[in-house]
Amino acid sequence: MGERITTDVAIVGGGIAACAAAVALRRAGLSVVLMEKRRCGAGASGVNFGGVRRQGRDLREMPLANRARLLWDGLSALLGEDVEFESSGHIKLARSEADLAELERYSHAARAVGLDLTMLGTNAVRAELPWLGERVVGASLSPDCGQANPRVVGPAFARLARRMGADIREFTPATGAWRAGDGFVVTAEGLEVSAKYLVNAAGAGSRLLAAAFGEDVPVTPLMPNMIVTEPMRYFINRSIGVCGGDVYVRQIQRGNVIFGGGMGWLDHELGLGRPVSDNTLDGINRTLQVIPGIAQAQVIRTWSGVDSQMPDHIPVLGPSATTPGLIHAFGFSGHGFQIAPAVGEVIADLIVDGQTPTAIADFTITRFRNWTPGTTEETTHTEH
Amino acid sequence: MSRIVVIGAGPAGLRTVECLAEAGLRPILIDESRRPGGQIYRQPPNGVPDAARLYGFEASKATALHALLARLGDRVEYRPDTLVWAIEGKRLSLLTGGNQHSFIEADALVLTTGAMDRILPFPGWTLPGVYTLGAAQIALKSQGVAIGRRVALVGAGPLLPLVTHQYRKAGAELVLSLDVTGLAPKLVLAGAMLANPKTVAKGLFYLARNALGGVPQRFGAKSLQAIGDGRVEGLVWQDNAGRSHTIACDAIGVSFGLRSEIQLADLAGCAMAFDPLTRQWQPERSPEGRSSVAGVYLAGDGAVIGGADVAELAGPRTALTVLADLGHKVDPARLAHLDSALARQRRFRVALEHAYPFPAALLDTLDDAEILCRCEGITVGTLRAAVRGRDVTEINRLKALTRIGMGRCQGRVCGQAAAELLARERAVEVEAVGRLRSNPPVKPVPLQAPLAASEDAA
Amino acid sequence: MTQTAPQFHRLVASSGALVRFLIDGAPAEARVGDLLITAILLNRPNLRRFEFADTHRAGFCLMAGCQDCWVTLADGQRLRTCSELVQDGMHVIIDGAPT
Repeated sequence: MGERITTDVAIVGGGIAACAAAVALRRAGLSVVLMEKRRCGAGASGVNFGGVRRQGRDLREMPLANRARLLWDGLSALLGEDVEFESSGHIKLARSEADLAELERYSHAARAVGLDLTMLGTNAVRAELPWLGERVVGASLSPDCGQANPRVVGPAFARLARRMGADIREFTPATGAWRAGDGFVVTAEGLEVSAKYLVNAAGAGSRLLAAAFGEDVPVTPLMPNMIVTEPMRYFINRSIGVCGGDVYVRQIQRGNVIFGGGMGWLDHELGLGRPVSDNTLDGINRTLQVIPGIAQAQVIRTWSGVDSQMPDHIPVLGPSATTPGLIHAFGFSGHGFQIAPAVGEVIADLIVDGQTPTAIADFTITRFRNWTPGTTEETTHTEH
Repeated sequence: MSRIVVIGAGPAGLRTVECLAEAGLRPILIDESRRPGGQIYRQPPNGVPDAARLYGFEASKATALHALLARLGDRVEYRPDTLVWAIEGKRLSLLTGGNQHSFIEADALVLTTGAMDRILPFPGWTLPGVYTLGAAQIALKSQGVAIGRRVALVGAGPLLPLVTHQYRKAGAELVLSLDVTGLAPKLVLAGAMLANPKTVAKGLFYLARNALGGVPQRFGAKSLQAIGDGRVEGLVWQDNAGRSHTIACDAIGVSFGLRSEIQLADLAGCAMAFDPLTRQWQPERSPEGRSSVAGVYLAGDGAVIGGADVAELAGPRTALTVLADLGHKVDPARLAHLDSALARQRRFRVALEHAYPFPAALLDTLDDAEILCRCEGITVGTLRAAVRGRDVTEINRLKALTRIGMGRCQGRVCGQAAAELLARERAVEVEAVGRLRSNPPVKPVPLQAPLAASEDAA
Repeated sequence: MTQTAPQFHRLVASSGALVRFLIDGAPAEARVGDLLITAILLNRPNLRRFEFADTHRAGFCLMAGCQDCWVTLADGQRLRTCSELVQDGMHVIIDGAPT
């Protein structure tokens, strides 16, 4: 018969948050079994833009983002691998007076939650970004935002968790989960895990798992359409965004320029996100208007992936409303990369201490208690 | 009227559209190059007055193929200088002239995308002056140019004696023709004579002529090294007895068999299967030419390595399948003839692969410092460190963590070698490490202001 | 054989008209019908600097597969030299035009 394991915590999902939770739980001395349906970090964690960004976030996410920002500085050392984190700064451009007013409003409000931004007028922006093609009326600079390599972070967290004694199972999609006594049973092919706690960090599969405990919520798939160029002369020394979110660009030291181009499409059969050529061409056009200096480079790759979106664009993070011992962590709505290391620690806090010092009340799953399937859901929109 | 799109104007694609046009369809033939012929029959500039001089035995085949589209005229919609850079379902993303984007929705697709040289790294292989054998041939046939003044040719397939013969005939100074696979495996060909006497005779002819022409032909090598200060100045190799040889040269044409171009088949959703004979992943293809996807067909080297003669048979065979699937009547006698010719060719092909076995020994002595990824200079040592320290067991994970396969060539040059090396590190069969997933664009696409994309009316 | 000798060598005389172009500011000649890679390498030992080490590249596969033969012209245009024909007036930058 199959394998039977008893453990303290079963984690369904193998993205950065899930693996970071495994690390934090092991640090606290709890046993962990993590089940990932493919490879750790290969889902949304690995295919996103790679922005390590506090600016532009919904302010309710700032406590999480602040906690994460402190972790990013020491992440490569913690993981024992270079995650290519650079605190290159993030500049968000205002292309109209209305945009500028919005940036100023945000800047005031953000200061109160620990994010200090510098407003730049037209001339200051020109001095900072002399290669800018677009006419801008101003911008907001967040000097300690930055970028990292999303492809390596998830796998590195998984390896650290493994070194610390977590039982990490890849290619192990969860087939069922239910309450058993005061704990849980989670099954996969040939495997049955009994655990005191269950973490739902299953990304695209989180909705199904939540629904199994009577907490169906309106999660929709979100496929970012990503584009990267060949290496070229390095000159884009800040991560760039715009009000409206339709342009976001960064350049790595090797010279490749990475930018977004709208949405990809979901291949339901394979559960994979795929790039969309029309959107790639539109993304190219929009980005060239902002940074004409990349016009001579070649696009060498496009890709997509499947992230999860909540209608209010903030995640679900916190204890289950129906089942004690179940913790939810999903729906990062296109901006989970920067906060993921902190999300992992919060998950561990909730299990080890029953609470967390980081403000997460706004992310409670109970905000959807009156939602029923069939209600119209918002279309996707991601601000960068 | 069904819109049938054929991608690739080499021998397979040309014979495919010929067959479809003759049946009254008007296929669309899309090709990346400006002139038809593919690579093996790459056209010389301005029409060459003396094709026989450059092509040798193949001159009449080349001429017939080059003239094919002109002969068919308006019965084929020919779109040269057009790159198919992405496929979504059967909707093709096209880039014409390097700057005109458009899209076309096909009812049926025939992928005749051909092949490229198979490359294995060796010390010095990124020095200026090292080219593939295919490149050496293309330089000669399409440009009348040799890759150097003192040329060494190194190979592990029938392309080697052919290019040696062509270079010698054209008056190039050839200092070496080295078949790394050795002489002994060629004895297999004696048995294959029955399957394909003409081709074997031709091969033997090349060997004989090359020897008579004074070209030093050598058989068997365990290691290779290109040496020189900033450019090729010599080739060092170790023969199968362990003796070291050095020869002065200023150019090396070297590759080890062929590798199918399968990226478009991958994007079209075709299932792939590992072929142990050629040690590579290829799209699943029925003998009739169907892929695993309804309405997507495959023919020629892009589906299974077979060479130009097979491509000229597989093209019409697949075209007849397309016609039959569209409800046309096809001549069973013609089908039977093609099928038996293809079967004969297949038997010969198997023998040929055994006559030129994969030169695994060349990978055994690679130093950590050797460059594996040519595009970005990533070393064999980086691959080994990823396996030993970062739990890498599969090629896409290797790509994500080391950048091998992330350069401009998207793994065309390094992918197969990376898989072989990864398999060695893991002590598993190369099939077990998987294959690199294709991403659009299948070749680099310029950023500069794409003109407004246009859609082909259905 | 000197370090600066051209890489390629014409075996068949070209019947094409003369093409005049520039490499790093210096005049060079080729023939109509020459690919840009041929034109450059009949004049020079290589065609670009490699961006990740202090070495050069001279192309590799000649069939638009390896992407090793891309050059940048003086006007910033990037061309894959095995796919493009040389044209009058093209100015190829390999090591940099003299100021």
